[in-house]
Amino acid sequence: MSSTTKTARIGEELWKTRVDKVNAELVTLTYGTIVAQLCHDYDGDYTEVNKQLDKMGYNIGLRLIEDFLARSNVGRCANFRETADMVAKVGFKMFLNISPTVTNWTSDNNQFSLIFEENPLADFVELPDDGRAQDELWFSNILCGVLRGALEMVQMQIDAHFVSDVLRGDDTTEMRVSLVRYIEDEMPPDEE
Amino acid sequence: MYVSNCSTSLRAQTNKTRAVYSLIIINKAGGLVYQREFHSGLHKLSTNDYLVLAGTFHGVHAITRSITPRLPLASTTTNPTTASHSTTASLSLTSPSGTTTPTASTPTASNNPNNPAANTPSSSAYSYPIPSVPASGLEFLETDKFRLTCFQTQTGTKFLLFTDPFMANIDVVMKKIYELYADFVMKNPFYQLEMPVRCEAFDRHLGSWLRGRI
Repeated sequence: MSSTTKTARIGEELWKTRVDKVNAELVTLTYGTIVAQLCHDYDGDYTEVNKQLDKMGYNIGLRLIEDFLARSNVGRCANFRETADMVAKVGFKMFLNISPTVTNWTSDNNQFSLIFEENPLADFVELPDDGRAQDELWFSNILCGVLRGALEMVQMQIDAHFVSDVLRGDDTTEMRVSLVRYIEDEMPPDEE
Repeated sequence: MYVSNCSTSLRAQTNKTRAVYSLIIINKAGGLVYQREFHSGLHKLSTNDYLVLAGTFHGVHAITRSITPRLPLASTTTNPTTASHSTTASLSLTSPSGTTTPTASTPTASNNPNNPAANTPSSSAYSYPIPSVPASGLEFLETDKFRLTCFQTQTGTKFLLFTDPFMANIDVVMKKIYELYADFVMKNPFYQLEMPVRCEAFDRHLGSWLRGRI
């Protein structure tokens, strides 16, 4: 797949030349603190914590997409498969220096999974031992929101959620992304 | 691309110091969110006129997109006349400052081979396949005295740059402005999306970068 390797090279190049680096532990600790504080504020209501993380991510995504576009200088993706590649190999590379694997496509090319071999947000993390966090909390849920917000700004409505997480004892960390629809031009057709 | 072959060195010198006149940013709904001159003493329009300008440009931009000739895919090989004719699409308008020629961008051909009405192109028979490249709309507009370059981001924000018609490398300037916007506007947590840009850091960096270029 030459286009895939080409996309990967774009990501590598951007990471090397265009991105300001910050100490990874600062990111990990800051994010961990936010999640822990949310768990505290919502009194261990992990469903609500997931929702808040997603919302925060969404607001980040709406803004971050401009940075992605301004720096990467990439054009519009021709299909959802290209979008997936771009997200995994350029987007995640640029902002987190990771490249999750794109896999498990549905036959209609509208759904895929991102498998995270590494996840800087979750370094050092052990979920609370209260018998519920293991089943209810999606620690890195902010990433789902970021993806949703960013893609919405480029006319794609998607749904993203985690289906497994090594923090919960699963074998892999997997996010499922599905395309809901392309957002058409907002201009009514008879306004011409 | 317009290449100037009549510019004398004197002319080039004066241009050098006053290449970029002003910048306007229009949000995706057609609202004016930013306006700035880069030369003191430039004649200013009233605030209301800028709002009207932004709205009007947004409309014209949308029109140039919708009048982009739409090629039925089947005819791209069998009907070369249509194809060559439509790539030179342009329309002429007259403005008080002179004759302007907005150039519509190269039209996108339909690549939907299953389109049953491909040989009778009407607006309902054709739609731009999404997400492949849609028609871009107006990209620049030129008079004797200035050139307006429009850059629309993939998120729908438009950057309008007024420059000297002989200025080169406008795309470099545009790209840098977009980067500064992404940094100092979008990443400012207190900036509300789609609202007027009042970010002092953006003003400062924009100003100093443009000064540094000269």
